[in-house]
Amino acid sequence: MSESIDRDLTLSVNGIAYPVSVDTGRNLLSVLRTEIGLTGTKEGCDDCECGACMVLLDGQPVNSCSYLAAQAVGREITTIEGVMDGQQLHPLQRNLLEEGGVQCGFCTPGMIMSATALLARTPSPTDEDIRIGLSGNLCRCTGYAKIIAAVRRTAGEPRP
Amino acid sequence: MSLLIASTLDDALAALAAGARPIAGGSDLVVGARHGKAPLPTSLVAIDRIESLRTIVGSADGGLVIGSGVSHHTIEIDPTIGAGWSALADASALVGSPATRHVGTLGGNVMNGSPAMDTGAPLVVFGAEAELVSVGGSRRVDMASLWVGPGRTSATADELCVAIHLPARAGRSGSAYVRLEYRRAMEIAVVGAAASVTLSADGAVESVRVALTAVAATIIEVTGLGGSGGSRTSVAEVAAAAESAAASQATPISDLRASDRYRRHCIGVMARRAVEAAARRAAGETIAIPVNRALGIGAAS
Repeated sequence: MSESIDRDLTLSVNGIAYPVSVDTGRNLLSVLRTEIGLTGTKEGCDDCECGACMVLLDGQPVNSCSYLAAQAVGREITTIEGVMDGQQLHPLQRNLLEEGGVQCGFCTPGMIMSATALLARTPSPTDEDIRIGLSGNLCRCTGYAKIIAAVRRTAGEPRP
Repeated sequence: MSLLIASTLDDALAALAAGARPIAGGSDLVVGARHGKAPLPTSLVAIDRIESLRTIVGSADGGLVIGSGVSHHTIEIDPTIGAGWSALADASALVGSPATRHVGTLGGNVMNGSPAMDTGAPLVVFGAEAELVSVGGSRRVDMASLWVGPGRTSATADELCVAIHLPARAGRSGSAYVRLEYRRAMEIAVVGAAASVTLSADGAVESVRVALTAVAATIIEVTGLGGSGGSRTSVAEVAAAAESAAASQATPISDLRASDRYRRHCIGVMARRAVEAAARRAAGETIAIPVNRALGIGAAS
């Protein structure tokens, strides 16, 4: 059934339904951050280039800065706030810390979302797979080697 | 502003007839609006949940019909496209990043009409047609008739591109799309070239088509390459002819990404490499998708 949306819509984020009233031209990133209050997803370039705004939509990576919030109605959105298991860090989070793959941390949520999608579809990635999987995410601190090492290490561990 | 999330083609076409504009992944429309290219339309119809637009179906004559809503990611990994229409898979695999390839669609790439679109040149060398549908009926147009200028198509505002029709491939045919790029992700073609080559049993070139990306107001096809009955028969001769013809027929601009002189030089190189790679595939060699990586084009990893 087709659905017409003017202002009022409900987004399912990390398994929780959030009703919001927004202009249908608003992007998903701004609605997540300012209407729902989930500020883990970052605004970097606001131009689909840097990947800081990466979220998962039905498990697939999406630049939320360039995706209309209204188009996410009826889909499951996963943000960085949704990857932990209670108080337990997700293995990707833990391995990024242990490998030194985090410095300023601004790119980290987006990196984790892209890596999550990568490991879901390619459980045992090569380094080239990892580079391609993270190719939409920029980091200006680490030089990437330690981030790639963290993803490689995660791939070798049991995951939730 | 209003948005209709259409679940059927009929609903989408009715919305278009009433003045709405289509949106699939939004990777061109939303970014373009933010850049001031064009404001977001006040009425949008989301077409990304219409199942019939997301199918890849073989046609009775051995061709392929790809729904306009099929994502670049799907094209990149589809074994039928990779084997038979490799250049298209080469192109989709180079678009943006994994996120862009998941939301970006073939129809969006084609109808955005950018002369730098990656999928355009492959579609030209395959002799593809776009199927345009409105509440008033449907028609099929070849790609050269569809693109009329940068960002402009011959489709009317109420027409929706629902599919791309690819003709059957002849035996001993291969294709490839290569592009010059400065980085390996989130890149727009500096220039690009697609080639389709059919070889005769003795390895001579029976027919060849070459099309060029980002060197004219639209994707253009290289003319004068001959083919069956032509005087050039070896792959090397045809590749050299493609290099020369591409460079002379290009009418590139200078912009942020490259000067016109650099583009003119590089488009010849890309055309030659595309012909060579297409011929290798036509001869039965497997070259992984995207061929850019196997040829070492672009920044090292």
